[in-house]
Amino acid sequence: MNVNGAKRGKGLSVGRVIWPALFILAALVPLFSPSGYALDIGVNIMIWAMLAYGLNVMLGFTGLLPLAHAGFFGIGAYTVGILTLKVGWSFWLAWPVAVALCALVGLLLGLVAFRTKGDAFSIFTLGVGVIIMLVINKWDALTGGNDGLNGVMPPAGLEAFSKALGLKLSSGFYLLALVSLAVTVLVVARARYSTFGLSLIAIRGGEDLARSAGINVFTHKLRAMMLSTAIAGFAGGLYAVFVGFLGAAVTGPTTTFTVLLYLLVGGLGTLAGPLVGTAIIYSLTQTLKGLEDYQYIVFGPMLVLLVMFAPHGLAGLWARLRARLSARRAAPPAQTPDQTPDQSPDQSPDQTKEVNRA
Amino acid sequence: MLDVQDLGIRFGGLDAVKDVTASIPTGQITAIIGPNGAGKSTFFNLISGFYQPTSGSIRFAGEDITRLKTHEVVSRGIARTFQTTTIYRELSVLENAMIGHRVRTRAGLLDALLRTGRERQDVQGSRDGAIQALTRVGLAAQAHLPAGALTQEGQKRVGIAMALSSDPKLLLLDEPAAGMNPEETVNLMALIRELVAGGLTVALVEHKMSLVMGLADRIVVLHHGQKIAQGTPAQVSRDPAVIEAYLGSHAHGGQMGQTTPADLTLDKGGAHA
Amino acid sequence: MTIVLQQLFNALALGGVYALVALGLTLVYGVMRVPNFAHGGLYMLGAYLTYASLDRLGVGYVPALIIAALGVALLAALLERLIFYPLRDAPHVHPMIAAIGVLFFLEALISHPSVFGPDFKQIAEPLPGILNLGGVTLTWQRLLIIVASLLVMWGLNFFLKRTLTGATIEAMSQNREGARMVGINTNRVGMLTFAISGALAAVAAALVAPINAVTPAMGEVMNLKVFAIIILGGMGSVPGAIVGAFLLAFTEVFGGFYISLDFADLIGFTMLVIVLAIRPQGLFQRGT
Repeated sequence: MNVNGAKRGKGLSVGRVIWPALFILAALVPLFSPSGYALDIGVNIMIWAMLAYGLNVMLGFTGLLPLAHAGFFGIGAYTVGILTLKVGWSFWLAWPVAVALCALVGLLLGLVAFRTKGDAFSIFTLGVGVIIMLVINKWDALTGGNDGLNGVMPPAGLEAFSKALGLKLSSGFYLLALVSLAVTVLVVARARYSTFGLSLIAIRGGEDLARSAGINVFTHKLRAMMLSTAIAGFAGGLYAVFVGFLGAAVTGPTTTFTVLLYLLVGGLGTLAGPLVGTAIIYSLTQTLKGLEDYQYIVFGPMLVLLVMFAPHGLAGLWARLRARLSARRAAPPAQTPDQTPDQSPDQSPDQTKEVNRA
Repeated sequence: MLDVQDLGIRFGGLDAVKDVTASIPTGQITAIIGPNGAGKSTFFNLISGFYQPTSGSIRFAGEDITRLKTHEVVSRGIARTFQTTTIYRELSVLENAMIGHRVRTRAGLLDALLRTGRERQDVQGSRDGAIQALTRVGLAAQAHLPAGALTQEGQKRVGIAMALSSDPKLLLLDEPAAGMNPEETVNLMALIRELVAGGLTVALVEHKMSLVMGLADRIVVLHHGQKIAQGTPAQVSRDPAVIEAYLGSHAHGGQMGQTTPADLTLDKGGAHA
Repeated sequence: MTIVLQQLFNALALGGVYALVALGLTLVYGVMRVPNFAHGGLYMLGAYLTYASLDRLGVGYVPALIIAALGVALLAALLERLIFYPLRDAPHVHPMIAAIGVLFFLEALISHPSVFGPDFKQIAEPLPGILNLGGVTLTWQRLLIIVASLLVMWGLNFFLKRTLTGATIEAMSQNREGARMVGINTNRVGMLTFAISGALAAVAAALVAPINAVTPAMGEVMNLKVFAIIILGGMGSVPGAIVGAFLLAFTEVFGGFYISLDFADLIGFTMLVIVLAIRPQGLFQRGT
């Protein structure tokens, strides 16, 4: 991947080739008629990766740990479920509404939550996450309470679309998830590599410093929060039609923590991390069948070891490896100032510590 | 350019800054000095909107900015640097400077997602603004290095570039020469003179009296949060209240084991003047 | 009226338990600046250690309580040494995430069939029977909870105010850097604080275990509540934790009584959100 003695800054242009190639290759998978089970695992990975991308916008880019994301995932899922089942809307209308609702609730949460600082912010959002789960669990009339919502139908036209391509419905879901994931990655990449995104990175590096550099920290955090919760709702809406059944349990903190694990394994603040981490850990979970309910006997210590010894996840290890490789190739060539600076995406992120301590 | 009137702030019953009335004239270098704990940094934090004063007012270019938030103060044209080399060490030098330029750009999240014309314009604008600021501090060639890889002095310059790229009228430097050797200090003084020659107004807090005496057009002396003297370097160093304050705090500081070389250098400076 | 009195006693007992658990959490936060998400796990473990001592070792209730307190204190000190001390200079989300890992590990471990299993366990009341005070009935266990938690709180207060080690903990929670400068061994104090917080959580769990069932998930629920309490009271504040604990208990008991028992939890958290929306720094502002 490290083409022609690469200058720093080639990152995104490499990404511009690799990401589309990856998605096109992935789109061809249904042609080889894989088992429905394998496709379903693929869809699950993509849905949870999307949620991880949402969390990444906050934790990876902005440096804040919100713990209500499963709640927003739930709001997205239940909005789609309720609007399609009880109001009779089409999924294609309900889905964007769910995303917008999540952004709105995210805005309201941010207005209150960003008044608290640091650790209190995380704990406060955790409380909000629990409230969302409890409301979903108790509001029988709307959400079906403990019984959940049953029989959310696949999106209109998806089956016909699959048939037209000579594929099964599971392949249709797979392609829908793939497009959704591609949209998510594109949105997150654009948000990150922009003047807005650089300001988020500045906030991650130190709020006071960002403020004195003239950044309106509060509004930037609010927008990051809205983007982050909207993505969570986007993933949730897809989950609703894919699984067809909704229960309150999935909207609780355990889901948030599991996605946090995916994100940490892959690498905070990177573009590839959420997908890589989710793919690895989710597949691992599938092989730990016997431990299904007890997977945290393995994952718990894994979380601890990750933050202690590899806080940048796999992406961090990769960056370190790449740095070592490029250090071996003579001195870097002189660089022209017009080279795009913000386009060296995956150079190990989240090295916020230095600034914080300074 | 900047006028403060009866400015004060209390922390838990203690007056960190009290009844300070002073002005920073346009196009000059104003130094704010005083013994340790005199409230110099607090004074800067008040001006830059980090702290909200409990009394008094701040006017900048005729506008009352007393209650503005930090980013609003920056957008009015007041930028600052910090005592320590507070920059984004893991980002490139250019990115640091671009962050400083953010206050002059308007593209938001939607612009970013839709790659609007405004976004593209702002990206270009930040880059140009940043390069310009880096050129002014002599770092254009290092634009793509990680800021943390630079020397202590280089990092100080990055901090100044970050402040400059917000296109300020007034630059506040908090102990710019801390941790620098004499040669670097001389370079820094040359840089500050250049900036002022280019039309910038500078206010600085500094312990190194050689720098203050050699650079400042005017000096404001704070002691226990209050202004005890104001004037040219020559006037201030002859002022009995100033000498008293430094000697007194020196004796006191000695007991606490906090004697700073700066205190001694003022004594010398005073004797020379 | 008697019903209100009845609820009052229930709220006092519940508040006492909340206070003991919240005190440990707030001390650890004050001294180490670690929001210890594993705290609920320590509480849960305390209940299981009590159960195991009674059921498997066959000791009495009081020895079981002491074994639980010591065991959890030891584990907490170990966690501090192995995880939180090494992470003291890491970005502040790191210890938080590590603590979450510990919480879920403990929960998964305990609920594994080869350990205790997912089903709830019950502990017999050491003092069975009911006390009748002019129509207000009160189980001896509730009375025991109220008295014991008040005693422990008094003891803790004595320790913090009157002993050198306690004063050190207080000093550190006020000002870590300052404490280091006057030569306090901050290293050892952190470990000690963790041990105390573990012991407090275990005592609370042992007291409440005979009333509520012992389940692996009990820690997670308690965790959320005590975090709500210490943000309410101001993170790191000792009086804040106590006031917050009783405030939450009263809101839950009377809210549950007058509105619906089903919504007791929801009421508690909603109160938290409302209070924080108005006073983001908590009820007892604490100098930083």
